[in-house]
Amino acid sequence: MRTITYRDALREAIREEMQRDERIFILGEDIAGYGGTYAVSKGLFEEFGEKRVRDTPLAEEVITGAAIGAALGGLRPILELMTINFSLLASDLLVNSAAKFHYMFGGQPQIPLVVRMPGGGGAQRGAQHSQMLESWYAHIPGLKVVMPATPYDAKGMLKSAVRDPNPVLFIEHELLYNVKGEVPDEGIEYTVPLNRGEVKREGQHVTIITFSRMLHVTLQAAEELAKEGIQAEVIDLRSIRPIDIDLILDSVKKTNRVVIAEEGWKYYGTGQGLAALIYEFAFDYMDAPIQHVNSADVPMPYSKVLERAALPKKSDVVNAVKAIVPKALVHS
Amino acid sequence: MKTVEMPKMGDTMEEGRILRWIKQEGDPVNKGESLAEVETDKVNIEIESFASGVLRKILVPEGASAPIGAGIALIGAPDEPLPDSLSGNGSVKASATKEMEKGTTASEGSEQTLREAKGDYRAKQTSVQSPTDAGSQGRIFISPIARRIAEEQELDYSRVEGTGPNGRIIKLDIEAALAQKQETLAPSTPARLPILEATEATEIPLTAMRRTIAKRLSQSMQTAPHFYVTSVIDTGKLADLRRQINEYAQKESDPVKVSFNDLIVKAVAIALVRMPQVNVSFAEDRLILKKQVHIGMAVALEQGLIVPVIRNADQRRVLAIARESQRLAELARAGKLRPEDFSGGTFTVSNLGMFDVDSFTAVINPPESAILAVGSITPTPVVVDGQVVVRDRMKVTLSSDHRAIDGATAARFLQEVKRLLEEPFGLLL
Repeated sequence: MRTITYRDALREAIREEMQRDERIFILGEDIAGYGGTYAVSKGLFEEFGEKRVRDTPLAEEVITGAAIGAALGGLRPILELMTINFSLLASDLLVNSAAKFHYMFGGQPQIPLVVRMPGGGGAQRGAQHSQMLESWYAHIPGLKVVMPATPYDAKGMLKSAVRDPNPVLFIEHELLYNVKGEVPDEGIEYTVPLNRGEVKREGQHVTIITFSRMLHVTLQAAEELAKEGIQAEVIDLRSIRPIDIDLILDSVKKTNRVVIAEEGWKYYGTGQGLAALIYEFAFDYMDAPIQHVNSADVPMPYSKVLERAALPKKSDVVNAVKAIVPKALVHS
Repeated sequence: MKTVEMPKMGDTMEEGRILRWIKQEGDPVNKGESLAEVETDKVNIEIESFASGVLRKILVPEGASAPIGAGIALIGAPDEPLPDSLSGNGSVKASATKEMEKGTTASEGSEQTLREAKGDYRAKQTSVQSPTDAGSQGRIFISPIARRIAEEQELDYSRVEGTGPNGRIIKLDIEAALAQKQETLAPSTPARLPILEATEATEIPLTAMRRTIAKRLSQSMQTAPHFYVTSVIDTGKLADLRRQINEYAQKESDPVKVSFNDLIVKAVAIALVRMPQVNVSFAEDRLILKKQVHIGMAVALEQGLIVPVIRNADQRRVLAIARESQRLAELARAGKLRPEDFSGGTFTVSNLGMFDVDSFTAVINPPESAILAVGSITPTPVVVDGQVVVRDRMKVTLSSDHRAIDGATAARFLQEVKRLLEEPFGLLL
């Protein structure tokens, strides 16, 4: 095992897959000579050349259409969009083409497309460039939406995404690229499935469900709670669609309490959808109403101070847990 | 217009009674001045005004009670119009709450916006739906898993104290209650009975009636401290009177036969009117004296026991009691009693005289506080004027709930019953 960054883990996954299968190519804005806005594709242009590492114009609708076309034609494109915010320009192609063709045309065409793009805030990118929009896409049957939070999961899930015959939206986070974690040595083959969450920390008093960057905030909160005797079970969703509901229900039936910690907004978001599923299938196991930790319901402020105030913090997670874990339970 | 609410002045307080209004309608009131004297479960206390203005309207008159949080008065400017709906407490409370909410939105707009931005409606919900709110009184807040466990374990959670937010009963509370129950029941837990081979015993699943009997009488025996007072009654004159009544009643257009039990029911009813402290229910924080006298009579059935109720037995004449008891007994045996026929009793008479028993003790039928167990009428040698003679005697035993009734009260009540049965003309007057 080595310790590498999330960014390096992504690059390794792309390189190893491109070495394995010649049909795989990458395209996106500034990904070739420049090495990508977040330096994920650094060095790949030199290794694989312009045929398989293609710079594109700044035109998300066009390049997404091109990638879908390539996938229909038998190639396996990995498209990088600079951020998920720009994917809105391409959303018609993602929702009405990529998600639909296999269903509408008798199962004949397959669209083995991976769209990589970061979401989220915290780096002072302003209201238009700081959004968590995964729930928009997770609403659509025909798409897979995954959001790994660790280098290990990022590499393993990107490989699974590339090999999957369906369109997969692979959503990263700007503040995750420098996160370090253990990953097996290069050349040791492993994948992480696209439909499984993971218990990242075990506990019996409360289940905290989270994903993407908030996993790290939540693990810190769990550490702090443990000092006070509260053992939180932390579930990393990893995949937003499909959702690993069995993993969640098993945990809820054990702890009887749930906090959902996500960076996105509260209303009609991933957390609320999840809460509805939990109430539907584990109602008789609940001992307290589900608590939500979210960003404030505002467009993200540019000001550093206000941005910090708007984003969910460790203390928010700690307080949400304390609101529903009875003191007597901890001391008994 | 500001609403003065009944304040919470102690953990166990649920409602307060206005002893007297210190300020009257129209009086000017300063913040901090005493408005009224209130009686709680523990103390009498003066409540202070939190606002200045004029006491415009008293909503709860002297002597009346109001739950915590209910509006008891309105304070406002002298010329401020009163709210339209002053018909009842609830509606005033509702409109006052609405008014206060509106005030919050206007004056504390920024806080409201921040709360909405955070998606946190907790504070708002609490002020509208607090469990002590007049409108939602009696509703129990309990988490789904706590309720499920309670139901599975057949635990009555209405008396479990909730320690969760909003006073919600949570899993921990139910587990604690079950542990306590287990401790109390441990020695007689049925699970510890030896399991018999099928050849040695037959298992009979419980009928609904058997379950009810088991539940109610266990509850009675476990919660009500029973004590017993026995008296021997000379039934000579009662038998004579009964014979005379029946001779008369045979010739009625609607003939009827009066039993000893009917006369005992009548005697008990009269005694209860004279001693209402026995016609009582124990309700944890208070005694409830019943104004009406409804006498239950235990009727043995093949599959169990049921206690139909003769309503207002004190006001019915003996023949009417006889007709009603026969009607109810027939319905009971036919299984055709309606719920109203066997609910609402305030005292029960259980008579096993026909089975040749000397005496027995009965289990109180909750929420009643006493039951009279009647034995057989037996020819007994007694000493009268220095001579041994044979007289008819009947032993009756009163079981009383000591939480509500003391020994001397029970004894005096039994004396009254004895007097009425030994000088039975009183039953007809």
